[in-house]
Amino acid sequence: MSEGATNEYWRWPESTWTNPDIDWKKGTLITAGVDVGSVSSQGVVVVDGELYSFGNTRTGYDSPDSARKSLTMALGKTDLTLDRIDYCIGTGYGRVNVPMAQRTITEIACHARGANFMYGPEVRTVMDMGGQDCKAINCDEKGKVLNFMMNDKCAAGTGRGMEVFADLIEVPVWEIGPRSFQIEKEPPMISSTCVVFAKSEVVGLLEEGVPENDIIAAYCAAMAHRIMELLNRLGVHEKFVITGGIAKNEGVVKRLEKELRIKTAETVWYRPEYKAYPFDTQIAGALGAALFAEAMVRKGKAQSVRKA
Amino acid sequence: MIVAGIDLGGKNAHVVVLKDDEILAKGEATTGIQKAAAAETVYDETLKKAGLERTDVERMVATGSAGKRAAFADGVIPDAAADVRGVNRLFPSARTVIDVGAEEGRAIKVSPEGRVLDFAINEKCAAGAGTFVEAMARALEISVEEMATISLKSTKSIPMNAQCAVFGESEVVSLIHQKVAKQDIAKAVHDAIAGRIASVGRIVGLEQDVVVIGGMANNKGFIDALTKEIQIDVIVPADPAFIGALGAAVAAASGVLDEKVEATVVEQETVTEGEA
Repeated sequence: MSEGATNEYWRWPESTWTNPDIDWKKGTLITAGVDVGSVSSQGVVVVDGELYSFGNTRTGYDSPDSARKSLTMALGKTDLTLDRIDYCIGTGYGRVNVPMAQRTITEIACHARGANFMYGPEVRTVMDMGGQDCKAINCDEKGKVLNFMMNDKCAAGTGRGMEVFADLIEVPVWEIGPRSFQIEKEPPMISSTCVVFAKSEVVGLLEEGVPENDIIAAYCAAMAHRIMELLNRLGVHEKFVITGGIAKNEGVVKRLEKELRIKTAETVWYRPEYKAYPFDTQIAGALGAALFAEAMVRKGKAQSVRKA
Repeated sequence: MIVAGIDLGGKNAHVVVLKDDEILAKGEATTGIQKAAAAETVYDETLKKAGLERTDVERMVATGSAGKRAAFADGVIPDAAADVRGVNRLFPSARTVIDVGAEEGRAIKVSPEGRVLDFAINEKCAAGAGTFVEAMARALEISVEEMATISLKSTKSIPMNAQCAVFGESEVVSLIHQKVAKQDIAKAVHDAIAGRIASVGRIVGLEQDVVVIGGMANNKGFIDALTKEIQIDVIVPADPAFIGALGAAVAAASGVLDEKVEATVVEQETVTEGEA
């Protein structure tokens, strides 16, 4: 992958948001979570256990920089500064490289906790579709992890696999989902599991003149199948939710639901008062970390480091 | 009697023409996507070198992952069946054949008569095949040949964490950023693939003599790493990429037009389990 290429089809849109209904100055406990993933990084700020702001950015070569950038984005246009944050927890693949964090917690625990907040206490299985891994997690009504299975060794079924495909077929990643349904009939899925072999298979199909959208559908189906294999090994229970970037790709999600014969929960906030707020499946890990931070300080298990 | 064999693989085609057990001509070509057409061309060109035409050939047998695309062949045999015949023809003492091509890694236990006794294959994952090394060479921005040469100069053992070829490319890029010498990265790549190939080999046992064939056998860096990994000196034929085609021709000479071979399919484990 060359930096600065003219067409970067994998380059998904970054995002940032601040809760208009919260005045941080009135809050007593301000905590943050920073999730440095292999592909994306998120910073989330929580005021007294309520979502205050988030930033979602692409992870660069330097993990500490990506951590800083995501939290700077979350603090964004607010006048809240880092020294006013009581406690910060780092999570994700690059969690040891979060300079502003006082401690780290695994992304598995954080995703379950974050999903519990976002989708509600009925959540029992969380599928976190990360950039370079995917994790199927079973949890209880408090968002506590019961057991999990993780593929972190193979690009098939990860966000990275989808990015490689988007670059190959020269279609932006966010168009993959919608275009995968612009077909006459569902094609057979790409038969190679391995992303490298799938690339050759896709090149072959393109040269045979198979319509591009059919190939997109075939790739989405293969990815859904790969994820299903992991979920079936763990055992999937409703309420079933998907977090991470691939959750935004309906081409994969709809086909996964069909294979599993289980619906994924709607991507809307569980709390009715959050209805108007944007819902970003990628913030689950950082949100979970910020919520852990809040609970730890509140319960006296961690000391506030607030300076101002 | 004139017979011929073609090995139509994932990337390349190899042809061998035999006359009464003697090699008359050899030919090779990169096939790309249009494998059937490429096979026709390379077959005709090889025959031409020997001053022959298709009608001069008594029997022609194809092998390789795309063997069925060779429309002119009288029969198709699996790679393993061709490998053992080709190796046995050159090295009757061989008891294990390791064949590492672009898209698969195989280990075959071979009988003194040149028949398949046991067979294991990894064909589902690029991490266990030559494609992995090609991808890492691309990330290093050097040729596979150069990578093989420089890796022999390395005295360091750096582990590669990535198993997947896609993740491996990122890891190589990050090692370059950390200013790790290219020769050490090259050795790490060869050590990694050698480890995976060795584990396929251990499934069938690594009885000596061990002969390594396929495109990767040309890679001295890989052969060095494999030798150290399995602690056995291996034999590499002069033209390792032609063994499959030679074996197909040997099969054609003995009238073998098809053969069933059962394999243990090796899959890389990718899942980690955990409890809270």
